[in-house]
Amino acid sequence: MIRFTGIERTFVVGDETVRALRSVTLEISQGEYLSIMGPSGSGKSTLLNVIGLLDRPNAGTYELDGRDVTGLSDDELARVRREKMGFVFQFFHLVPRLSAEQNIELPMVLAGIEPGERRKRLVRLLADYGLEDRARHRPEQLSGGQCQRVAIARAMSMGPPVILADEPTGNLDRHTGQEVMAVLERLHGNGGTVVVVTHDPEIGSHADRTLRMIDGAVISDERATERTPGTQRRNRGMTGT
Amino acid sequence: MRLADLLDFAWQVVRGYRTRTLLILLAMGIGVAAVVAVTSLGEGARLYVVNQFGSLGTNLVIVLPGRSETAGAMPGVLVGKTPRDLTLDDAIALKRSHAVRRIAPLVIGVGDMHVGSRVRETPVLGSTAELMGIRGMEVALGRFLPEGDPRQIVPVCVIGAKMAGELFGTRPVLGEWVRIGDRRFRVIGVMARQGESMGFNTDEIVIVPLAAAQALFNTEALFRILVEAKSREQIPYARDDVEEIIRLRHEGERDVTVITQDAVLATFDRILRALTLAVAGIAAISLAVAGILIMNVMLIAVTQRRREIGLLKALGATGVQIRMAFLTEAVLLSVGGAAVGLAVGQAVRYAAVQLYPAIPFQAPWWALVAAPATAVITAVLFTLAPARRAAMLDPVQALSRR
Repeated sequence: MIRFTGIERTFVVGDETVRALRSVTLEISQGEYLSIMGPSGSGKSTLLNVIGLLDRPNAGTYELDGRDVTGLSDDELARVRREKMGFVFQFFHLVPRLSAEQNIELPMVLAGIEPGERRKRLVRLLADYGLEDRARHRPEQLSGGQCQRVAIARAMSMGPPVILADEPTGNLDRHTGQEVMAVLERLHGNGGTVVVVTHDPEIGSHADRTLRMIDGAVISDERATERTPGTQRRNRGMTGT
Repeated sequence: MRLADLLDFAWQVVRGYRTRTLLILLAMGIGVAAVVAVTSLGEGARLYVVNQFGSLGTNLVIVLPGRSETAGAMPGVLVGKTPRDLTLDDAIALKRSHAVRRIAPLVIGVGDMHVGSRVRETPVLGSTAELMGIRGMEVALGRFLPEGDPRQIVPVCVIGAKMAGELFGTRPVLGEWVRIGDRRFRVIGVMARQGESMGFNTDEIVIVPLAAAQALFNTEALFRILVEAKSREQIPYARDDVEEIIRLRHEGERDVTVITQDAVLATFDRILRALTLAVAGIAAISLAVAGILIMNVMLIAVTQRRREIGLLKALGATGVQIRMAFLTEAVLLSVGGAAVGLAVGQAVRYAAVQLYPAIPFQAPWWALVAAPATAVITAVLFTLAPARRAAMLDPVQALSRR
């Protein structure tokens, strides 16, 4: 469903041009659980942002579900993002003045979904992520793990096929981090495509497929074979169209 | 994004940053309140003047003997003629005009009024029963001059409240006889206190029937004739009719001056309106200042809320939605500020009314519409640039910066 061909992303920092992504060619299929690993500055977050349509490549083509999205306008990208991408961030990025449920509701509000329908989905999401008794709490009244669960619930509120997580456990203790990973893996188990950026090898090893990056280039692309998580595993390597 | 959600989102922001919201409400409120208060004062002054003219009587046309020309001498002067007097017959003839409701001829003089051993020099006004209605006078005790043939000399008089007090003290006034000059009059009424009304203090005069005054001062000539038109629209017709009737009666000579209250009033009205507009304009500058404050605050908000904006974009907000979020916030703030300002402005007006009950302070409707509208429009205009900046933010940078 995601196909990168020769994707380049360069930044100009002062007089220098930094190549954050060097001709990345990549395919990700529906239902894959992928981790992107590498040292800081290796371009893994940039790759995730380009996948999530937050960032635009300077060269190369990006096909999403068979459609070339490289040339879309900002607003078109926003709409695609709304429907297809769910973001989970290291620092949660919850809106501090809104309650947990208002945060979860945000993407649906932006999409203009009816309040009745929003309510229905909200009740389900709160139940799914064990947040019923925290619905009216503000982020400052929630623990880190609860914040990240709110963030994941928010990412899932539009039911996107792809979940993109940038260091989702980076700001959590080990135990809570494992809980959060379990939640993400459950999404994968339900057929979602999950892409996790991490520098923690243990977190990365959970994934079925691991990309390693150095200096903006993908240096290895390994598929784990010993475990078969997920119930709706699709054909590997299928180029979704 | 639905409108209700947009409003709700902006409302959360407004509630979330209380101090900021209060400061903007204050700035906007002061601007709107200034406009409302200042125009109230101006409009109050205007209405006060209009009412003062109104106390002359409504729909009034005043006929004076003689004609003043702005240039050149009167032909009458050249040939050695003086203008004809206005007479009672002239006045009665004016009733023939369809545009005229009623008339009151006036004779004015000064006489000594004797009550027992007390003497007081007093202005004496000779007129008819219609004067009361035309001038809007009120009688406190007894009644006004009797109706009837104005040529008939009836020895009665109506005296001003102050006169009654000075000459009679606490003794009963009605039915007493007074002597003015060499004639005796019976007091049939006392005027209510009205005070000064366009240079004429009705508290200190004596009003006698027209014919009596003519006899007293030994003159046929009227001081002037007050003519009341049937309605405001009829005033020009009444004026034309009056001029024409007098001209015909005076052998084709235009030798009277006809003043309409309207013309004088309109001039004052224009001056005071212009004055009110000018001060309102000055007050409106504070609204512009409030607009700049909003712009400043919004620019800070865009910087402060970079991450939130980045997040909204990541969640699929379009540029238009980000812009609308900021503009809605500006509208909410300015509408709130305008409401505060209107309330404060009305409070100032109320206070002014308590201090000076005589002046009808009242904000004109255009100020009540324009002040809040200006507040909202400036707020939106000054938020366009910050909102645009927010919409243009790069989501990756906005999210990564801390």
